[in-house]
Parts: sequence; structure tokens; C-alpha cells
Amino acid sequence: MQLSRNTRGRARELATSWRTLAVLCLAGVPAVAGVLPEDRVDLLYHRYQGGGITVQGPSILVQKRIGDHFAVNANYYQDMISSASIDVLLSASPYKETRTQKSVGAQYLHGNTTYSAGFINSVEPDYRANTSYYSVSQDMFGGLTTVTLSYSRGWDRILRDIKVNGDIVNDPTFHQRADHRVYGFSISQILTRNLIGTVNYQLSTDQGYLANPYREIRYLDPSNPTGYTLAPQIYPNTRTMDAVSASLKYYLPYRASLTGKYRFFTDSWGIVAHTLQVDYVQPVFHRWTLDGNIRYYRQGAASFFSDLFPYANYSNYMARDRELAAFHSITLGVEASYAFSIPRLAWIQKSTATLRFDRMMIDYLDYHDALYSKYDAAAFKAGDEPLYSLDASVFQAYVSLWF
Amino acid sequence: MRTSIIIGSAALLVAVSGCAPVRPWVKPYQREHLADPIMALDRNPVSSIYLDHVFETREGARGATGGVGGGCGCN
Repeated sequence: MQLSRNTRGRARELATSWRTLAVLCLAGVPAVAGVLPEDRVDLLYHRYQGGGITVQGPSILVQKRIGDHFAVNANYYQDMISSASIDVLLSASPYKETRTQKSVGAQYLHGNTTYSAGFINSVEPDYRANTSYYSVSQDMFGGLTTVTLSYSRGWDRILRDIKVNGDIVNDPTFHQRADHRVYGFSISQILTRNLIGTVNYQLSTDQGYLANPYREIRYLDPSNPTGYTLAPQIYPNTRTMDAVSASLKYYLPYRASLTGKYRFFTDSWGIVAHTLQVDYVQPVFHRWTLDGNIRYYRQGAASFFSDLFPYANYSNYMARDRELAAFHSITLGVEASYAFSIPRLAWIQKSTATLRFDRMMIDYLDYHDALYSKYDAAAFKAGDEPLYSLDASVFQAYVSLWF
Repeated sequence: MRTSIIIGSAALLVAVSGCAPVRPWVKPYQREHLADPIMALDRNPVSSIYLDHVFETREGARGATGGVGGGCGCN
């Protein structure tokens, strides 16, 4: 039996799915102490297109109170992925797959304290992730201040797909694990009758297999017609991350809101990142609410990242994931929401329909488009290809019902 | 000696005042603007969750995106 490796450039995205899920549940259940989330259902269709990748699917989020002290929530989310990204084209063939994640959570309100817990499960053909999370929020100083402590724990199983006689199956020789812990602290503060400030801090640790089993590094090799040879990535087995953010949200005199956010990130891999975001919300014509935002992101490369290593086995750790490269990006977003009523369904108190579009523009600073040298080695030497850039469109359409 | 007494007294005053109850400087009835839906820290969780996912899968940084947990008098 001959095994041919199906090198797909997606595991990096898979590796973060559990964290997204954690964010999903923690954010999806507003941690406002003393107040349980509203009874609400959201039905979302999402579509991402850019860099040869199309990802689309539904998301359904339900939040329901039970009595005066309990609330529950559940989310079903799906990614249907069709990928022919630069990573895939460099060393593999396009693929399609589906990722499904499900989560459930509960909240208990006791006095000014809210306790939350939940569980998240994500399944892909070559990745399984389970995450549990817990948080406690305390409302204090007459409701001016809310302090939240949170903790989440994730267990991932990483597999690798291969082709056997034309069929894609899990590689029986490849079973890896990764564990994750996230400790969070946040404080929200009413500063004036028109201004709220929030500070978040998060410490995350990863341990286990943290590399992408499909993507590869490349190193200079004059004997190869392309000028380089591909080789497996080698990642450290641990990673520690610190992220701190601060935001201010201000109510403008003519009924609009302006939000400014900044986040600083650093980790044990040498990545330093800054995120700056401004968001403006304006209700118009009684039923409409318009939203516009701009987000700027910038990061430095990981210490063991290189677009082209000088020779094989250059160092203990070697990576060429573009998520670890140096780059900056700008994302512009616009959103329009329309409030409507459904007279025949009296139990629905409020309903809105929303369309949102975001345009993401990423410029890499040390990650070259290796497809140039792959397809035209005579014109482009390895390492001299144009820098890679990525423009992506993100579309969302969703209906929200309050009952 | 006198300086030490002054500094000690000041420190004691600060310590004692730290035990006094904090009076909300924004009363509950003054929070109507903060209770407006456009001031919600996360107006559309299903959408922000998804966008967090989009950014997280393409960037090296993650975390501290919360913004939830507002100490407001929304109720």
C-alpha cells in the first residue's frame, strides 16, 4: 500500500477552532453581572471569500432565561470550506470539507454575581476539539463596575489526512494532542453617564503539537529547478501568550455611539502585535441602524519564522506559516440593520434583519508568493518573488428575534 | 519626626478612606444613555463571534477581545 500525502493548508485554522469556540461562548453569553442575557435567537449566514478560499455556512445562537436566576444558551455553527489557497497550490491539491461546532452553556445569577459554565465541541475530518469554560462576574459599587474572572481548558486531537488508493483517510501513524488553558480578567467601568471603559487581560498557554501538519517550510536548494526544497515545519511544543486590551464607548449627543479599542499582544514565540479599531453606530429613520468600523492590525514575525531558510535543518524550530509572518492589515466594515415587527407572532417582541460586509486587506512583509518561482523559475529566483498580499470579502446576513 | 507623623497620618487617612463605601457617581436614573441598545458592549454576539473567528484564523495574536461584562445600569 502506497500512501500519498495530501498536503492541505488548513490545519492552522483548525488549530484555532477551539479558541474561537471559547470566544464564541464567552462572548455569546454577555458576562454582565446582575443581568442575565435576553431571550434571543439569531440565525446567521456567513461567507468568506479571499486568497483562493471560500468558507460559508450557518450559525444559530439561542439564549433563553429559565426563571429569574438561570439562563441557558446553545450555538450551532458550520464552516463549509473550499480551498485552493497559496499554501495548497504550493504543495497539494484543492479540497473541500466541513467543520461543525456545537456549544452549550448555562448561567446562574445570585445577587450581584453571575456564574457561567459551558462546553464546546468542534469536529472536522482531521481535527477534534473539546473545550470547557467557567467564569464568574461580580457587579459592584452600585453597578458602576463589573469584574469578571474566567478560565477555559481545551483538549485537541490532531490527525492528518492522506490519500490511499484515491480515498482520503486519516493517517494511522499520525495522532497528536494539544492542550490549552486560558485565564482571563476583565473590568468594565461606567465612567460618566455617557462613557463606559473596559479593560481585558488574557493569559493563554498551549502545550502539545502546535504546528500545522500540512504546511511546509522551504530552504534554498540549487539542485532543485525551483531553487528550493520543501520540508516539514518544526514548532516548539509550548506557547505562552499575553493579551491586554482597552476600549472606550461614548454616547454622542445626537443618539449615536463611538467606540475605540486597542489591543497589545505578545507571546513566547516572539510575536508582538497591535490592534486598533474604531466603530461608529448611528440609528436613522426610526427603524434603521447603521454601523461603520475600521480595524488596523500589525504584527511582527515569530522568531523561528522564515520565508526561505538558507539550508536544511537550519535551526531547531522552523516555520513558514503566514500567520507567523510579519504583516499589517486594514479591515473596513459596514452594517445596516432594519427593525421590523411580525404581527401574527405576538410572542416575538422585537426582530431585526441585518446585512454586514467587511473588506480585509492584508500585506505581508516577509512572506513571498512562492508560486511565482514554482511556475516560472527562470524569471523568479527563490526568495525574490513578489511579497504576498491577500484581499478578502466577508459577508454576513442574519435575523435576530427577541421573545 | 514631624514629617514621619504627617506621612503616617496621610497614609492612615488614605487607608481608612479606602474602607469607606464608594458612592456611585452615576446614579441608576442617570444611565438611560448607557442602557440604549447602541451602547451595548456586544450588540450582535452571533456576528462578533464570527468575525473574531475570521481574524483569529489569519493572525498570530488572539485573546482579550471580550468587551463583554459591562457594569451598566441597563436593567
